[in-house]
Amino acid sequence: MDLFPLWNSLRIAAISSVIVFFTGIFAAYKVAKMPRIVKGILDVILTLPMVLPPTVCGYFLLLIFGARRPVGQFLMQFGIKIVMNWPGGIAAAVVVAFPLMYRTARGAFESFDQNLAWAGQTLGLSNTWIFWKVRMRACRQGILAGTVLAFARALGEYGATSMLIGYTPGRTATVSTTVYQLWRTNDEQGAFFWVMVNLAISAAVLLTVNMLEKKNGRLKWRSK
Amino acid sequence: MALEVDIEKRLGSFHLRAAFSCGREFMGILGASGCGKSMTLKCIAGIEKPDRGRIVLDSRVLFDSEKRINLPPQQRRVGYLFQDYALFPGMTVRENILCGLHREKDKQKREKRTEDMLELLRLQEVASLQPEALSGGQAQRTALGRILVNEPDLLMLDEPFSALDSYLRLKLQTELKALLAGYDRGILMVTHDRDEAFRMCERLGVMEQGQMQTVKGTKELFADPETRAAAVLTGCKNIAEAQKIGEHEVIVPEWGIRLTTGKPVRDGLKAVGIRAHDFHPDTEENCFPVRILRETEEPFEWISEFGFEHQADGSPPVWRRYSREFRTNEPPKQLGVAPADVLLLYE
Repeated sequence: MDLFPLWNSLRIAAISSVIVFFTGIFAAYKVAKMPRIVKGILDVILTLPMVLPPTVCGYFLLLIFGARRPVGQFLMQFGIKIVMNWPGGIAAAVVVAFPLMYRTARGAFESFDQNLAWAGQTLGLSNTWIFWKVRMRACRQGILAGTVLAFARALGEYGATSMLIGYTPGRTATVSTTVYQLWRTNDEQGAFFWVMVNLAISAAVLLTVNMLEKKNGRLKWRSK
Repeated sequence: MALEVDIEKRLGSFHLRAAFSCGREFMGILGASGCGKSMTLKCIAGIEKPDRGRIVLDSRVLFDSEKRINLPPQQRRVGYLFQDYALFPGMTVRENILCGLHREKDKQKREKRTEDMLELLRLQEVASLQPEALSGGQAQRTALGRILVNEPDLLMLDEPFSALDSYLRLKLQTELKALLAGYDRGILMVTHDRDEAFRMCERLGVMEQGQMQTVKGTKELFADPETRAAAVLTGCKNIAEAQKIGEHEVIVPEWGIRLTTGKPVRDGLKAVGIRAHDFHPDTEENCFPVRILRETEEPFEWISEFGFEHQADGSPPVWRRYSREFRTNEPPKQLGVAPADVLLLYE
């Protein structure tokens, strides 16, 4: 059995999760501090890929990265080929998984007790230190949950991926595109195997998220 | 003077104007919630930016709108004890205190000072606990320790006891006062609780709707609040409009009485206040026939609500509080107030 689709899916999901982790947190942190109207507009734009059909995202990605488009041509000069090549899978997964990370991180940042940051500032601690040691620590459950969800979404990406990189065995095939391809070519056993792989991964992910989903309660002082 | 503040800030319809100074003393700002006390502290700490004005601490300019100086909170060296103590989650008591020592580069000195502070604040036993495992008092001491090791030039306390059970409050107030007795820099506390303000502060400023009013010694303020807002905040239950009719005489139309006052009455008198504790059945002056409307028993006191003989219709009953031992079988037919206890209110 050729396990390339699993390996390809994992590397695409892993790389895109790392990208989404940083960009999602950065966007969430910035947007959480914006005035209400700007926040509303940015929120719509940043969340759109979550509600759009993935094929529509794929269409837009083709508009950007297509071989005859400016960005596509620009990247070609450096030998980077996005369309019909496995790194395109990263682009597709990033776009689709980003809103999940962004929204969960923003939710966590918004429930963050701002007094903690202010207390750190008045103690003379740098904003960077406060961000990583206090804010991220206080919001770690939300951020971890967002990361796991984004990873799962990236791993299961189908629509935008199939439009952008298609299905080439041993080159661009991912778990989800393989399931479709094998089913289409009447290889029921093969399809079943990859379906089970998918189920196992999804179950593991949901289990992790549930374990992380303990409510971040605010501290209340008891008398002793 | 250690701290000099003269700031202005608008937020929608709310207008904050605070001008005061605070030396090396325990000063308090007394005001109802939402009056701008915490906003004032935040402006001093650099968390909020005033629209106009100047803040100077020990001749260091922290904020000056004209010279466009606005130091970030990190450079102000102002300690801020938050209402909920704001202990960093996921860090033990010891780690929280260590956060205040980040300027000390020598690791051994850092550890020595942390241990000293833990000992001073009696936190050794809980030093390895996370904030959520602490009692209110321990959490407060941890937050205080984190600030004290940081050696700020000014210590600010934002309603430091409001997160605690009322029964713990008195105990911790005494404790905190004792702890800070040796503190040689200015302390600025905001509170809405007059008992707390009276116990803790040497000097008090009264804040109402963003305006800093009377600032004076705590005892003087309680003895002569001068303004209606200060009278209410210091717990005066009975306030009625009044007019000057003589050097030492006012009339109170609402109560239908004429009062002799201890202090000479200035022009511009707006109202008089009489504390519920200051009514007695046997005063020589200012004694008036009354009707007792209702009596309520408290643990150690009685509260009577009464009306003066010629009290205006619809005017709320007047309150009197008196100790259980002065209770008589027959309710008093008349009640009076010593001239010195008539509070003259001008604003």
